[in-house]
Amino acid sequence: MIALNVNGEDRSVDVPEDMPLLWVLRDVIGLTGTKFGCGIAQCGACTVQLDGQPVRSCVLPVASVGTRRVTTVEAIGATAGGKKVQQAWLDLEVIQCGYCQSGQIMSASALLERNPDPSDSDIDAAMSGNICRCGTYTRIRAAIKQAAKA
Amino acid sequence: MSKPFSSPKTGPFPETGASRRAFLQGGGLLLGFALLGAGVKPTLAATEPVAGDVTAAFSPDAFIRIGTDGKITLILPNIEMGQGTHTGEATLIAEELEVGLDQVSVVDAPPNDKLYATAALGGQATGGSTSMRATWESLRKAGATARMMLVAAAAAQWSVPVSECGAKLGLVTHQPTGRQLAYGALADAAGKEPVPADVKLKNPSDFELIGKSLRRVDTAGKVNGAVIYGIDVRVPDMKVATVSACPVLGGTLQDVDEKAARAIPGVRDIVRLPNAVAVIGDHFWAAKKGLEALDITWNDGANAKLGSADIMAALKTASEHKTPIMARKEGDVEGRLKAASKTVEATYQLPFLAHAPMEPINCVVHVRADECEIWVGTQVPTQAQAGAAQVTGFPLNKIIVHNHLIGGAFGRRLVAESVAQAVAIAKQVSYPVKVIWTREEDIQHDLYRPAYYDRISAGLGPDGLPTVWIDHVAGGSVLGNYIPGGWPDDKLDDDAVEGAIKPPYDLPVIQVDWVRQDPPVPITWWRGVGSTHNVFVVESFMDELAHAAGKDPVEYRRALTKNQPRAAGVLELVAEKSGWGTPLPAGSGRGIALHDAFGSYMAAVLEISVSSAGEITLHRAVVAVDCGIAINPNTVEAQIEGGLIFGLSAALYSGITFTNGRVDQSNFHDYRILRNNEAPKIEVYHVKSLESPGGIGETATVSAAPVLANAIFAATGKRLRSLPFDRNQLKSDGADKTSVSMMPPLSVPVLAALATSEETGESEPEAA
Repeated sequence: MIALNVNGEDRSVDVPEDMPLLWVLRDVIGLTGTKFGCGIAQCGACTVQLDGQPVRSCVLPVASVGTRRVTTVEAIGATAGGKKVQQAWLDLEVIQCGYCQSGQIMSASALLERNPDPSDSDIDAAMSGNICRCGTYTRIRAAIKQAAKA
Repeated sequence: MSKPFSSPKTGPFPETGASRRAFLQGGGLLLGFALLGAGVKPTLAATEPVAGDVTAAFSPDAFIRIGTDGKITLILPNIEMGQGTHTGEATLIAEELEVGLDQVSVVDAPPNDKLYATAALGGQATGGSTSMRATWESLRKAGATARMMLVAAAAAQWSVPVSECGAKLGLVTHQPTGRQLAYGALADAAGKEPVPADVKLKNPSDFELIGKSLRRVDTAGKVNGAVIYGIDVRVPDMKVATVSACPVLGGTLQDVDEKAARAIPGVRDIVRLPNAVAVIGDHFWAAKKGLEALDITWNDGANAKLGSADIMAALKTASEHKTPIMARKEGDVEGRLKAASKTVEATYQLPFLAHAPMEPINCVVHVRADECEIWVGTQVPTQAQAGAAQVTGFPLNKIIVHNHLIGGAFGRRLVAESVAQAVAIAKQVSYPVKVIWTREEDIQHDLYRPAYYDRISAGLGPDGLPTVWIDHVAGGSVLGNYIPGGWPDDKLDDDAVEGAIKPPYDLPVIQVDWVRQDPPVPITWWRGVGSTHNVFVVESFMDELAHAAGKDPVEYRRALTKNQPRAAGVLELVAEKSGWGTPLPAGSGRGIALHDAFGSYMAAVLEISVSSAGEITLHRAVVAVDCGIAINPNTVEAQIEGGLIFGLSAALYSGITFTNGRVDQSNFHDYRILRNNEAPKIEVYHVKSLESPGGIGETATVSAAPVLANAIFAATGKRLRSLPFDRNQLKSDGADKTSVSMMPPLSVPVLAALATSEETGESEPEAA
């Protein structure tokens, strides 16, 4: 039995210790907003935050989470930064198919949390681990800058 | 504790057949119309389509439903996969219905080929950038018809002439008295009004919604994880499977030792198919660990020794020796060639490509005693249904397909073979199964964009302009995959020459032909279809001709578009906006590409720089588009930005290769996708147009490879004729030959380090 705090709620899950957090969230807890894209930390679709830090949940063994608080896209709107990011995403019509955007939003809100006024190269460093197959990159960049000003 | 799939409270539940039926019933106004039949009068419908019901005799294929609660629902057969089609279609209806876009919701129509046959695609399908083009008139007429019935109902209730009443934002107003009635209150009465025979549509100058960048209707639930893609569907008692098909294309399963897999906690069942094996578990992780623990013996079959070099060699031989099928021949080709002052010829090669959408292939299936229920995102719901019927032996009306939002498809989900596989797996167990392919399975068992080998030549006159143009295309038939019984040997596959057969230039003496050489590899369409392939050849070669003639590439195209006003329009606009001809730093270059595809015209200019080590940096793209009336300019711009990046990604990195019948690439580390730090700035400019809307979802993908090839030539003087572009050919003399790799091992820290070092490295050229 493994204890987790997900989106402010304490949970206990009966799963193998090496099971990636992604599948605990999706298949056990039922939070499907966090997406599966590659399984090898190359695409960022599975990005969640541990104590505000972005991590790739597809390669993160659930037993290694420990007491760190897990935040997923379902709850990121409850943070001031997350809400601004979501709003900027809608205002600038960033989204196309939307599948990668959970991870993009989690990476972007973590960036703004630690760097309220990111430069282009800050955005490169924080966002290049998140692939978007629809190619919404230019709008992601613009939306991060807008959220920073909001 | 939480158990898999035991907690409906925490997981959003998908709509079931029952809830969908309930949703679609109720009073009010229900107007059915023919999506592709602008000349067909809309009719009142007594019932709505029901998921899985293909026998009911509906004459309409799309519906506007106005409930007595005022809810306005549009039931439309085209699938949303990010391209904005639901927003566009809803805009056309709302414009004439006189409601705001925020007052309507859109739902997918259930599969029914009889009802939703998209003439352009020969079945219920979403692809080829056809949706907006096909429905431009019918959707507006339907909206106007419903509005007229609502107004008539209001006029009758007030006992006033219809001419004294107007509609706006879902309200009918009696102008002289200011009395108002909402559509919801009028819906029942409007449903009893006669359907008007004559419908007058607005003049484009009166449009209030069309042409405005209205907010998309499908995005609110995409910022908080609320929307349900196929992969997110959860049904009670569901288990999760993952599958491995024979790694050699066409091979079969010989034997499998299950012992180690069965010992893994959470593994439930192991299912064998003729060419694959699947492990079903309590969750994906158990299934994946189980699959990895299997000891599988494959029969490699006929492709055991197949390699990419063999496929390309066969294409080359076919191109040079097989008799082609003539696609177009006009004028005295042979005579002009003899008389030419100069001839230029070149050979171009294009690789197989995987689609690699972000959402891997998946499908939820429950096969019961006498029916089969499927939850999946597909571009071809009726094919999914037919495949399931074949596997289960059930009649079509016992196959219930729930279509879901798609996390990108780009042509991949124009084929439903993975649905049939999922049904074959689920058929062997009693409970519902969600089959999810790993990314590796998704890339190695795709149906690929075919490889091509094209020989092109031209004769130039004394002015340097082409007097004769000859394009020999060689590749497989994609259409053949969609025709029962295959494609006839002597028949032209139009897709193979799309983009080649009629370039937007004054080329009166022209020959375009096609040699068919089907590869021993499954193939299908890929974003931009025939044009993505052919325009790379046509526009690269046009640049070669300009160079051979000693002319500026824009000037050269200008001279060839004197009778092509729409092509000339985008060419001039892009030249102006890009600052064509202004100086760039050393090592930089600016390329241009011009084309028409899917009813839209586009010219693009790309600025790049190439380092001495051969690395390409994309700085700035400027695109001019004439897509007719832009229904939603912001969506047009988004599709151009995304489509261009999609094509640049392929041109820079993508190519599927084979060794011993196996696909060499497996995941995003070796089938690379362009990343945020590599994307250029993109500017889009519209040529104002009152032409009917052209397609836009794939248009910019077509521009990408040729505009990059031409920019590389401008920057380096080297002409690259094979995709993806080989950086080794771009190294300056003396550069370290080992310093550049097309597929660097990427990880997040590596990328972060790269991004940081770029910041302190040589200064970036200013993107004007």
